[in-house]
Amino acid sequence: MLSATNLERRDAQSGTVLLHPTSLHLRAGEHGVVMGPSGAGKSVLMRSLALLDAPDGGELRFLGEPVGGHEVPAYRARVAYVAQRPALFAGTVEDNLRLPYTLLQHRRRRFAPDVIVALLEAADRPASFLGKAARDLSGGEAQLLNLLRVVQLAPAILLLDEPTSALDALATAMVEALLRRWADGNAGETATLWVTHDPSQARRVGNRFFRMQGARLEELGGVP
Amino acid sequence: MNAPYLAISWPSLLLAASLVLINGAVSLALRLGLEKKLAIAALRTVVQLLLIGMILEWVFAIDRWYVVLAILALMTLIAGRAAAGRGSIRYRGMGLDAIVSVSASSWLVTALGLFAVIRIDPWYRPQYAIPILGMILGNTLTGVSLGLERITEELSARRAQVETLLSLGATRWEAFRLPAQQAVRAGMMPVINAMTVVGLVSLPGMMTGQVLAGQAPGQAIRYQIVIMFLIAAASGLGTVAAVLLVYRRVFSRAHCFLFWRLEERGKTG
Repeated sequence: MLSATNLERRDAQSGTVLLHPTSLHLRAGEHGVVMGPSGAGKSVLMRSLALLDAPDGGELRFLGEPVGGHEVPAYRARVAYVAQRPALFAGTVEDNLRLPYTLLQHRRRRFAPDVIVALLEAADRPASFLGKAARDLSGGEAQLLNLLRVVQLAPAILLLDEPTSALDALATAMVEALLRRWADGNAGETATLWVTHDPSQARRVGNRFFRMQGARLEELGGVP
Repeated sequence: MNAPYLAISWPSLLLAASLVLINGAVSLALRLGLEKKLAIAALRTVVQLLLIGMILEWVFAIDRWYVVLAILALMTLIAGRAAAGRGSIRYRGMGLDAIVSVSASSWLVTALGLFAVIRIDPWYRPQYAIPILGMILGNTLTGVSLGLERITEELSARRAQVETLLSLGATRWEAFRLPAQQAVRAGMMPVINAMTVVGLVSLPGMMTGQVLAGQAPGQAIRYQIVIMFLIAAASGLGTVAAVLLVYRRVFSRAHCFLFWRLEERGKTG
């Protein structure tokens, strides 16, 4: 589905290498886990794959087509990046969930409460969650909302940049359950790339394993 | 309504100037330590105004279009530079963006005011062109500087929100919209406030001046209304232009947010 060839990133100001030429091919049903020390370039890789930062070299293909220029918003809607710290907007949970439908990219879609309620069920949350004020949410609830906001749009690939590293065990379980529901609901037509520091989480959510060190990515033979 | 204009003599000027001694006495009595600052400020008032008075008399006397144009350009440059001076965050090219947005909007609106509304003749008549552009520049500079300050701060503070929107499939414009609205609102606020209270709380200096010079209040007020709207238009236009120029700097064609271009002032990088 997603195919990066010799993707490269350098710091725009100092020219320091942030990501050595990296190739990565993610097929449907694959769930890659990226581990490695802080500052190794894991976020750089994820942001480059999401085209949040423009690569300085290499090629990125999605479903066989090269991506760039004005197709980037459409690509980002299909290959969605989820940051470690969720950014919420003023208003309620529902306001935040409705926000993407105000974008040009999703103008033909409609907010579907029943989809959300089903996903909330997977995360063990009542429907009244929708009426909560975004600023009153706990860290775990905020990340849950962040993920719901992305998952409701049925992306093909999720780039998860340490989505649970700031959460407790319970909230982490909630997030994993929600993501499992999303993957199951799309019958293998999805893939994820998941950055984590937690080896047990890596074993729970991954079926391919990578290690990032010194801005280089290497695939590991088996479970870490 | 044709009482003679009352000229101010040098001794009268000195009498007025001595009033600053009141402030000096207050400073001494309350030990505010402001005497030196007061003295310098008072001196600057006198010197700067005498200087501009001499320049204006000279400009009016020689009455050449290129001299007027040069003065207008210099005023514009100073205003543009001042507009980029605020705020804690800056980016490469901010000074240029400030000058471009201040000058483009002020000149456009001033031209409209001078040629279409007031209809001056000859087209460069300095008695009109210089003070009117001056008033417009002064207000546009406030709008532009507030707009620039706000947009750079909003974009830095809301980086996560901007990137979240981009991640959800927003175009760069959609990601920019919310901070831009805040910034344009901030830039337009002073002129809206001024229009709200004009005549009730504040009697604008130009109107007061015209009345003092013997002009009928009816005409003075017409002038003031024209000026008010020219100021509002230029200031709004300038703010929008500045915000749009920032948009061009911090978003790439591939819809990336180039947040690293926004730097804290004083940091070299």
